[in-house]
Amino acid sequence: MKLLKLVPDDTNIHFLKWRVPFYVVSMILIAASWGLVLTKGLNLGVDFVGGQMIRVTFERSPAAPVVELREQVDKLGYGEPIIQRYGKPNEISIRMKLPEGADSDAALSDKMARTITADIKKNHPDARIDGVDSVSGKVSKELGWDAFKALGFAALAVAAYIWIRFEWQFGVGALFALFHDVSLTLGLFAITGMEFDLNIVAALLTLIGYSLNDTIVVYDRIRENMKKFRKMPMPELLDLSVNETLARTIVTSLSILITLAALLLLGPDVIFGFTAAITLGIFVGTYSSIYMAAPILIWLKVNPNSFVPTETALEKQERLAREGV
Amino acid sequence: MLEFPRWKVIWLWMITLVCVIAAIPSLTSTMGLSWPTALPEPKVNLGLDLAGGSHILLEADPSQVRQQRIEGMEESVRTKLRQDGKNIRISDISNRDGALTFVVAEPAQVDAVREAILPLTNGAGLTGQRDWDINVSDGNRFILKPTDAGVDQAVTQAMDTAVEVVRKRIDALGTKEPTIIRSGPTRIVVQVPGLQDPQALKNLLGQTAKLEFKLVDTAALPSDVAQGIAPAGSEIVPFISPAEGGGMPAIAVKRLGGIRGDQLTNAQQTNNQQTNEPVVNITFNTEGGAKFAKLTTQNTGKQFAIILDGKVLSAPTINEPILGGSAIISGRFTAESANALAISLRSGALPVDLKVVEERTVGPDLGADSIRRGMIAMGVGTLALMVFIFVTYGRFGMYANVALIVNVLMILGIMAVINTTLTLPGIAGFVLTIGAAVDANVLINERIREERHRGRKVVAAVEMGYKEASRAIFDANITNVIAAVLMFAFGSGPVKGFAIVLMIGIVTSVFTAVTLTRMWVMQWLRRARPADLNL
Repeated sequence: MKLLKLVPDDTNIHFLKWRVPFYVVSMILIAASWGLVLTKGLNLGVDFVGGQMIRVTFERSPAAPVVELREQVDKLGYGEPIIQRYGKPNEISIRMKLPEGADSDAALSDKMARTITADIKKNHPDARIDGVDSVSGKVSKELGWDAFKALGFAALAVAAYIWIRFEWQFGVGALFALFHDVSLTLGLFAITGMEFDLNIVAALLTLIGYSLNDTIVVYDRIRENMKKFRKMPMPELLDLSVNETLARTIVTSLSILITLAALLLLGPDVIFGFTAAITLGIFVGTYSSIYMAAPILIWLKVNPNSFVPTETALEKQERLAREGV
Repeated sequence: MLEFPRWKVIWLWMITLVCVIAAIPSLTSTMGLSWPTALPEPKVNLGLDLAGGSHILLEADPSQVRQQRIEGMEESVRTKLRQDGKNIRISDISNRDGALTFVVAEPAQVDAVREAILPLTNGAGLTGQRDWDINVSDGNRFILKPTDAGVDQAVTQAMDTAVEVVRKRIDALGTKEPTIIRSGPTRIVVQVPGLQDPQALKNLLGQTAKLEFKLVDTAALPSDVAQGIAPAGSEIVPFISPAEGGGMPAIAVKRLGGIRGDQLTNAQQTNNQQTNEPVVNITFNTEGGAKFAKLTTQNTGKQFAIILDGKVLSAPTINEPILGGSAIISGRFTAESANALAISLRSGALPVDLKVVEERTVGPDLGADSIRRGMIAMGVGTLALMVFIFVTYGRFGMYANVALIVNVLMILGIMAVINTTLTLPGIAGFVLTIGAAVDANVLINERIREERHRGRKVVAAVEMGYKEASRAIFDANITNVIAAVLMFAFGSGPVKGFAIVLMIGIVTSVFTAVTLTRMWVMQWLRRARPADLNL
């Protein structure tokens, strides 16, 4: 059987030649992402801002009557709803602020949910209520803070581990690559206005995990080559390492993309945003391991002798004895 | 190198087999097949986001516990000083603003009072901490303030009881497989799979069910009561509906001298024989019955109020002493509300009010549809992935594929045995671990290719491939473990669900993708002794 070979042996692509322009572009993208996040803001779900979300499917309509619904719900006097499609066009989520005083009396938000769902069912007999989420302001603040803490601590601890196993420059590089990935994904969420909820945080964690995996594979090869070729200039050594791991990078990324493509095309609509975030993350993560994590080692001036085994006192004695001194 | 000790082979197969067998019940149940009931049936529970159901987060307010303690202390202090027989008079009693304050009429008796109440203020715990701070200001004004440690301990006790009460009530409702767990110091999570309308459940949990019988203060002027002004020693309690009060919105009752309706052996919803109105029939235990008999004997002809959770249900006149140890409570109930009250009374009062602070309900159609489509997508995705890996690495790809299937089964098996729940974020964890497992095999196989390309012999190339690739695999997996542990420690809900699958998956994927494939490759090399590798 002739096996598939996507990447020829001994590639010698000068990836690092373009490191400065790529860094400039990435920096602009990171800045733009944060600019968008800060000005336009993320479309935060009820998990993070509190409120009520009702998910509805219109079983016999090709598309949900969004405009009509917005008017109908608005008329109920609970304030203006945010209505959004997700997945298929006949599936929507309606988000409302919790009524005044709901923090002390949960019955008020119950009443709101019942009034809205009853109204929708009356006007649209084919409406199927798929779920109701009510999150109080207090709980949503905690959920947001917990997620932020989990992400922050995990990133720092991982950077510390890489520092111990490699050198501090590698830790900084990995952390920076993570920052790059997370920033760009947040930027995507800001620009598309896709809902950002706790499940998306799990997606972020997945792409961080993947990107980190990728970065470590490249770093491992750099470490190995630094031991082997002590005299090789850093840019050349990095190029060599990236080229040597190129076949692996392509095959692994493709493998995961194949699985994700199936989830995107055939999977349940509730996880569409989630899968989309991971898919984007695979591209961003692969790119960042090569163009963010590696060149930073040049600028941070990694010591070429970092991984050369140092002589212990015992070994020195033995060497001296061997040399007959 | 080609030697793989027999004991090692046996161990590896045994571990694999046990985990895979544990996964079977989870798979058969989703396919609608049955599993012999005689055998233990570990199963992966599907989270509410996948299977549908209700999730309710209840929260207690610690300041309520604090207030209860202060009010309880007021009673104890009064009783204690009365029993002391030293004729100590106290006045200007207040239980507001987070402390109990009172003035001792005779400044000379301050020391005697301090001595009398000191035993009441010591902690019950072994830690020796004080539950109350006692201060005396202006010479004779006592200020008793509950300490934070004392309140915290009381909150913990109250929450322990609350969990039990919640469990009893949910069981009484007959819901299937509810999960009721404490979450943090003041919260309880209730999850009921498959429950679509959590209204009944919330009604039941929202009811504290504190039942009290208090004497009506008939001396209170109706005009004062209407304005909410209570005579000394009395309090104003609103009626549950104005109709019950005959047009009055509230009534004045004496603060002391009533009894609590918590010493019950039974509570049943029945119908009033004359009016056919739903009522609740309560039966006291011996002690409660005796107290109730005493109250009704001493106050025959007077009016008393039946108060539930701070609202007057009814205020009948005691026509004759009630000595039989049972009573009927009416209060314009519907059959459902009477039944809910009966359940609540039977399960005991909640020691503290619980508020719903988070609620999520997922419809069953959405859940079932999600699972079906998720399964199809995962199946198709995995199949496509395996074809890709096979055409890329041939025999080595086949080993990787088998390892992948074993990996998925092992994750399911371990999740089933430790009884975890698979949620949507858990599936993300699955995707990541499968990705990591595939990556491990890709790394190994690419490395073997590379070593062959550099001219190493078959066996040496395979050996080097596993050895060199293992370092990167090890570092990558350790970083993921570190991340997963921290996420599990600091994250909530979905983040935790993700972290659990990730932790299990890292272990199994290293086992299957590295250890198992190595064993298979080595066995094949020894058997076939190939001169070249098709890789």
